[in-house]
Amino acid sequence: MEGPAQVSQQAEVAAEPAWVADEAEGVRLPDMTYTEQETELRSAVRSVLADRADFNAVLARTETADTYDTGLWRALASDVGCAGLLIPESLGGAGASFREAAVVCEEVGRSLAPVPFLGSAAIATVALLAVHDRGEPGAELAGELLSDLAAVRSTAALAVPFASVPGNRVDPTVRVMPPADGDAEGTYRLSGTVAGVADALPADMLVVPGDGVPRGLFVVRAGEAGLSKSPVVSLDMTRQLCDLRLDNVRARRIAAGQRAELAVAAALQAGAAMLAAEQLGLADRALEITLAYVKQRHQFARPIGSFQAIKHRIADWWVAVTQARAASRYAVACLAEDDPDTRVAVALAKAVCSETAVLAGQEMIQLHGGIGFSWEHPAHLYLKRAKSSSIALGTADRHRASLAALVNLPPAPPA
Amino acid sequence: MLTADDLRAQVRAFLVAHDPAVTERMDFLRARFDAGLAWVHYPAGLGGQGLPRTLQKAVDAEFAAADAPTNRPERNGIGLGMAAPTILAYGSDEQKNRWLRPLWTGEEIWCQLFSEPGAGSDLANLATRAVRDGDRWIVNGQKVWTSSAHMAARALLVTRTDPDQPKHRGLTYFSANMKAPGVEVRPLRQATGEAEFNEVFLTDVVIPDSDRIGDIGQGWAVSTATLMNERVALGAFVIPREGGMIGFSAKTWRERPDLRTPGLHDQLLRLWAAAEVARLAGERLRQQLAAGQPGPEGSGAKLVAAKLNQEIAGFEVELLGAGGLLYGDWTMRRPDGADFYGRDAGYRFMRSKGNSIEGGTSEILRNIVAERVLGLPPEIRLDKDKPWKDLPR
Repeated sequence: MEGPAQVSQQAEVAAEPAWVADEAEGVRLPDMTYTEQETELRSAVRSVLADRADFNAVLARTETADTYDTGLWRALASDVGCAGLLIPESLGGAGASFREAAVVCEEVGRSLAPVPFLGSAAIATVALLAVHDRGEPGAELAGELLSDLAAVRSTAALAVPFASVPGNRVDPTVRVMPPADGDAEGTYRLSGTVAGVADALPADMLVVPGDGVPRGLFVVRAGEAGLSKSPVVSLDMTRQLCDLRLDNVRARRIAAGQRAELAVAAALQAGAAMLAAEQLGLADRALEITLAYVKQRHQFARPIGSFQAIKHRIADWWVAVTQARAASRYAVACLAEDDPDTRVAVALAKAVCSETAVLAGQEMIQLHGGIGFSWEHPAHLYLKRAKSSSIALGTADRHRASLAALVNLPPAPPA
Repeated sequence: MLTADDLRAQVRAFLVAHDPAVTERMDFLRARFDAGLAWVHYPAGLGGQGLPRTLQKAVDAEFAAADAPTNRPERNGIGLGMAAPTILAYGSDEQKNRWLRPLWTGEEIWCQLFSEPGAGSDLANLATRAVRDGDRWIVNGQKVWTSSAHMAARALLVTRTDPDQPKHRGLTYFSANMKAPGVEVRPLRQATGEAEFNEVFLTDVVIPDSDRIGDIGQGWAVSTATLMNERVALGAFVIPREGGMIGFSAKTWRERPDLRTPGLHDQLLRLWAAAEVARLAGERLRQQLAAGQPGPEGSGAKLVAAKLNQEIAGFEVELLGAGGLLYGDWTMRRPDGADFYGRDAGYRFMRSKGNSIEGGTSEILRNIVAERVLGLPPEIRLDKDKPWKDLPR
């Protein structure tokens, strides 16, 4: 290569790079592109969200009593079939993979739609699938619940704090109590609290890790006596958290002991990958909105997007999104194929996409200037969703710590 | 259309007719070119068979399996990667026949005479003059940052032929004979201590008009075609995990627990994650192209690689502590080619500083991403419509 500084501004993106054919020897990575079916699903989801989750509607809803849009969720869940994407066809679902689910997450992330896709159709569904697929005693009940989810008869949430970290054991804060007089065989009673649960507000079925004898995973119907859900004022009101309080609530057990822990671990891992896809969508859409703005906003008699101070920030942001997309697609492809590299891939994706989404939210506000700091503009909701998501299901730092163990880069010894 | 198996059969038949064990190396390579097995995507008669580029791999593998001599492509990167596609696109039939065969066999190494002391990012401002004299041109000027010039037989040369035109319009492109009288090559010692590059002084160098590539005044379009191939060659090959710059730091980290601190651990993990994602992004781009869905993502690959190489190499020197105070060798040397990763940490640290300058500065690349990919308004240009000779400099 010749020396420094010689591609001029006129140079074009090449049409047929020389290295296309040069497959790296011994490197075989899963397909990180979007398939045709995934692109079709994206269009279907985007058209529903465009109709029903425009920014003004999303903003207005954050200041109402029902911060979740159950009507919109019904449309996505039933009409597009999002609720049962991950559920096998034998249980009434679509039998799709994490690749398709991630595309829905990207679209939800782009629109900030207040729907419980992540909590119900991904996290709780994966917990139930983990139980169902093992064919153990609770499998049949898990199958029935999955059928309810696929048919949109029910919406579920896993009762763990949204800030839970995949790979770390979740110590249940709910205790298993002795059965009450007159309880039917197989009924359990649960007491305790779970703080900061995502997507539990619209859920009528809670999947609850419980401690004590027996330790396990339990299912609680939202209408049961003794169960209360207290909405909390959340940084991200497009995904309002709630605190759960269980006071001797009736429950059914679907998994016991280590099987319950494995189900929760699988749910959190998949949840982190799905949240990373949401973060990718968020960063992508925030960039689109900002790009359109800097092209039309004039100061000093020229579009502000003609200043290099703006262009270079936008270019770096776009590059960050291309990197995040690779990380996200790799993670969902690994999850879909149950690749041995899945844990590395998910930790990498959540670490990278968390930072890219926060960058996007911050750049969106700054590059919009004054209007970007106003309540009437979407930028603040993007930043709030981004920051909140970066803490949920493991911060970037936590995921990098997981990577350290997985790829043998051990921490410094104590001083 | 021919398949990979057909080509493998062709190679086997060729090897029977030209046993590499008893055929002189250059005779073998010339015969391979003439058989259309040099680069199958090139046209028939020019070393190829007009086939998809993807089939070349099977041909190369078959020759390698037979222990056949290669054309040593690493010695002629500019020739194969940049000169050949430029000649193919803009050269006359006579030029293609004259230049491509010795280029491919490696008999003629090519270099690229583009950058000048006063024309770096603003290449179109170049001042090397070519003045017509009947059926030949007389060239005077100075070029800089030229790799391989000391080994090259021929050069890609862009010159100013009409200073009264605006800068992009008065350029003309040539192939220059590097052995011609008046061509002086001097090593250009760089910050690492060695000299990968050269300065080339051109004093009354005579170039026949038959060595002009493209029309008079078309030099900018031809240069752009050359540069397209450069930037693509520079940032987007797929490597195994830890196969790039990060591999050195990861290895040191594992082998030297005494060097570990909590702060460095955090930095290492950030860099490791960024390097791994850049690797995945490169692979994703390749998958997209293979699936016929080319995206613009490649435009960012060199930006990412330059930044990462610099950060990682800087980290590595700091990780080494007292060892980072040392440097392998400041002796002025003439390496065969560019080596970003070779030698020691100090060398990597210094060499990587060039990565955000060579082949387009990161600032120019950000402009390209912003304007070409994202459609932001172009820079306001004060120099576009003025005669080149009237521009301030």
